[in-house]
Amino acid sequence: MEHCALLLPPSFDYAAPQTLPEALGLLEKGGEGAKVIAGGQSLIPLLKLRLASPTILVDINRIGGLDYIRESGGFLRVGALTRMAEVEASGLLKRKYPIIHDASTVIGDPLVRNLGTVGGNISHGDPANDLPAVMLALGAEFVAMGPSGQRNVRAEEFFQDTFAVALEHNEILTEILVPVPPSRSGGSYLKFEQKVADFATAGVAVQLTLNSKDECENVGIGLTAVGPTAIKARKAEESMKGRKPTDTEAISDLARLAAEASDPASDIRGTAEYKRRLVGMLATRALKTAYGRARRGGAK
Amino acid sequence: MATRRVTVSVNGSRREAEVEPRLLLVHFLREHLGLTGTHVGCDTSNCSACGVLMDGKVVKSCTVLAVQADGRDILTVEGLAKGGKPHPIQKAFIEKHGIQCGFCTPGMLMSAYALLSENRHPTEEEIRRGISGNVCRCTGYAKIVESVQRAALSRTW
Repeated sequence: MEHCALLLPPSFDYAAPQTLPEALGLLEKGGEGAKVIAGGQSLIPLLKLRLASPTILVDINRIGGLDYIRESGGFLRVGALTRMAEVEASGLLKRKYPIIHDASTVIGDPLVRNLGTVGGNISHGDPANDLPAVMLALGAEFVAMGPSGQRNVRAEEFFQDTFAVALEHNEILTEILVPVPPSRSGGSYLKFEQKVADFATAGVAVQLTLNSKDECENVGIGLTAVGPTAIKARKAEESMKGRKPTDTEAISDLARLAAEASDPASDIRGTAEYKRRLVGMLATRALKTAYGRARRGGAK
Repeated sequence: MATRRVTVSVNGSRREAEVEPRLLLVHFLREHLGLTGTHVGCDTSNCSACGVLMDGKVVKSCTVLAVQADGRDILTVEGLAKGGKPHPIQKAFIEKHGIQCGFCTPGMLMSAYALLSENRHPTEEEIRRGISGNVCRCTGYAKIVESVQRAALSRTW
């Protein structure tokens, strides 16, 4: 083929199994060279740049029953193959999990969201992806299916390093579990990007639950694109407990601690110092929105 | 690597081919089928000049493997005109000058088609969101937005 000027993926073998056990068998057989492809919106660009060169792609798009958004047993359950466009269109998520809805509107662009999946955004392990921070803020768990069955991994143990997550090569992420938030909960995700579909310069996810006195009972904070992985800003979370989100001292503590939790690198999107200030500012704004939503019972 | 046989419905016709798994859908359309209306703009999944509909959803054909399109319905820009007559969206782009160099136009048309298929009366903001993945380096989008607004007024579809 004569496309020396074009970007083409390297050669690989390909299989499109119809069932999960079949897919797991292919991963087992393929060893470290096997790679799962779902929406492909991160993987195919990497293949074109030859930053990934799997020997076999196991395409899970034809496996049924992995795309759903529902609540059951005290959890919101989202199938890993659910497209971002379906997340964006979900009334349940918009109403009750606005932090996830927020993220769904800023991931990639409309074309990317038509194919890109929830599971892919999480398991790709890119610190600039948006859902990891949201999942950290929500205290989510992920279901990994492997040859010996399923295991659950907490979000805070999942993101290990850049492009490295707690999935073995023979495991597939199948479901995302988010504890159903108590009443008077709300969240917000804010991403600062230079243009549509660019990676975040920084992003902040804030999820909170208020007590009857409008004080924070529980706070979850996740940061995007300001470290080797998405970051759970634990000190910032702790600092808000028992304080009102309108307390100016609490707000400035939150901004400072969120910024301190970040570990950004200087690049074309800004200096490390700029990004740290951005984190503080986004945290302040996300807190305000999350608070407003929590006071209205979690709804928009 | 072993090739695969794929059968894809393209603009309503059944097309079969033997392809390498690494072949991108855009190259399948342009080189195997000769449908060069779908453009490669950036090659890095950023610009959406290669936008086509797959099972009714607009996608970047440079970011889909041809083997993934097996058994799916693809609509390209060549499939918009019917009986030699431009589609109302194409007419609207001509009337409102939504084209300058024309390179992004196929992708713009397909995004507009996808948007108007789901939402016949979009607001300006919805139009801007609908084409937010499509990059135009000539105009600044105002004329393109006006073209989609004009297309939305068309009674025939």
